[in-house]
Amino acid sequence: MKEIRIHGRGGQGSVTAAELLAVAAFADGKFSQAFPAFGVERRGAPVQAFTRINDTPIRLRSQIYEPDYVIVQDPTLLESVDVASGLKDDGVLIINSDFDPEKFKLDTKAKIMTVNATKIALDIIGMPIVNTVLLGAFAGATGEIRPESIMEAVRERFPGKVGDRNAQAIMKAYEMMEGQK
Amino acid sequence: MAHEMKMNKKNMVVVEGSYAVAHAVKTCRPNVISAYPITPQTHIVEDLSKFMADGEIPNCEYINVESEFSALSALVGSSAVGARSYSATTSQGLELMHEVLFNVAGMRLPIVMTVTNRAVSAPINIWNDQQDSISQRDTGWIQLYAENIQEVSDMTAQAFKISEDRDIMMPSMTCMDGFILSHVYEPLILLEQDITDEFLPPFKPERTLDPKNPLTFGAFADPHFYTEFRYQQECAMQKALKKIESVADEFYDMYGRYFGGLIDEYHTEDADIIIMAMGSIIGTIKDVIDRLREKNVKVGLLKVRAFRPFPAEAIMKVIRDAKVVVVLDKNISLGMNAGALFIETKSILYNTDITVPVIGYMIGQGGRDIPMSTIERIIAEAEEVIISGIKKESQFTDLKEELI
Repeated sequence: MKEIRIHGRGGQGSVTAAELLAVAAFADGKFSQAFPAFGVERRGAPVQAFTRINDTPIRLRSQIYEPDYVIVQDPTLLESVDVASGLKDDGVLIINSDFDPEKFKLDTKAKIMTVNATKIALDIIGMPIVNTVLLGAFAGATGEIRPESIMEAVRERFPGKVGDRNAQAIMKAYEMMEGQK
Repeated sequence: MAHEMKMNKKNMVVVEGSYAVAHAVKTCRPNVISAYPITPQTHIVEDLSKFMADGEIPNCEYINVESEFSALSALVGSSAVGARSYSATTSQGLELMHEVLFNVAGMRLPIVMTVTNRAVSAPINIWNDQQDSISQRDTGWIQLYAENIQEVSDMTAQAFKISEDRDIMMPSMTCMDGFILSHVYEPLILLEQDITDEFLPPFKPERTLDPKNPLTFGAFADPHFYTEFRYQQECAMQKALKKIESVADEFYDMYGRYFGGLIDEYHTEDADIIIMAMGSIIGTIKDVIDRLREKNVKVGLLKVRAFRPFPAEAIMKVIRDAKVVVVLDKNISLGMNAGALFIETKSILYNTDITVPVIGYMIGQGGRDIPMSTIERIIAEAEEVIISGIKKESQFTDLKEELI
């Protein structure tokens, strides 16, 4: 089983990202589960969302304490949230940032990767909404999921032009992370 | 009866638990829906409202109301005229319905209501436990608890069929853990319309409110008659014990899916330790059992699916030869220092030849997460009970002493 934890701020679409990841993983032939960390949602407050991906049906209902992968939508969260908490040594932590990974001194043996998802989102989608972009980066960094499945899940949720632009941004982030591997 | 599941992954979709329930309700072809939005039930009524607005639920009225009390009161009228009637609520909303819940059961109205289980105020808490529905234990509603979104979706059709049976005519609550199941995205097979139309024929009650043939429902029963009304409700509940089983079997025959009747079992055959629980915690317990079975710990699970009527015989049969029974409760009966499932389980064993020790844990209050490690620790404590007897009969789990 692969466990993914997404950190973001209320309004950034962390829960939507977790859901889209579950939809995409199922389309890839896996079983999946996505759920929020059930906060009292407020815009800007730190939030978490979780996705599990497995070859067999998923029964476990607890939150994720030892993730294989962590996605951070907003680097300012690092000041207040221990985003690397429990992250497996062979895991990957993806941060939305224009800094190099070496800049981040985090208490983890896991690989840290960065992607300037905000720039990609602004350039292609025209809005600083990075949740879908980071899913493309996740696919490129981990190889856990096909980018096509994510694009399809996003297009289904956001039909028309919005979905098309998101799909383009997903592919861009995917290719950038693939190159870094 | 145990059944092998026949689920084709090709027919599954990944949706939110609330959508799965709303879709199941639609598929059951309700005639009247009335509900008042409250977290974490909100997505169910939003999805149903959307189905209504899109014209996807024919022959149905959605009655907007100003409170949960009114929502269920509206359904008293609709169900009495013979309309298949549905609501959904949780926590404070369910507690506000308390008086009407008795009326629904007393008038023998087969309303089905989804409860997205949530803690009860004060202090205010929107997260999951099962205090809300457990507190309505004695109102005369059948209570079924689901383990995952497939089960709660399928349970919706089963509940209508059980409730509307002429021998039963009692309302049902289908209980799903708030957020944990209402807000989870996972794969399931949405309730199939063609099979459901066959499984659940239109509601045709023997007696209905009809101006042409005037009747009175629930008006007045003086001391000469009241006891007999209560007795007949109890008889219906006892009949529901068999009906819940037979409907689950029939559902399996037609749909190929089965999550238990009154109860379900997991590795109980040779178990020294049997855990009893209800709702979404079942899945986590199963994973823990798989892990411990690899280490030759003889532990099994008795999933309680029906809390009312209480499946005393089915439970006794399973736990008879165990060395210890551990009951997990997401509720507390204050002043008894124990949860309801623990209290009921102990009570059915008195006056029998079953002498297995029973211990209880109050767990997951107000949404406190239940990691596998907590279940493992509880099982380790149960192993101690086998060796040296009961030290603490019932206790709070993961209590933070530093906060007290």
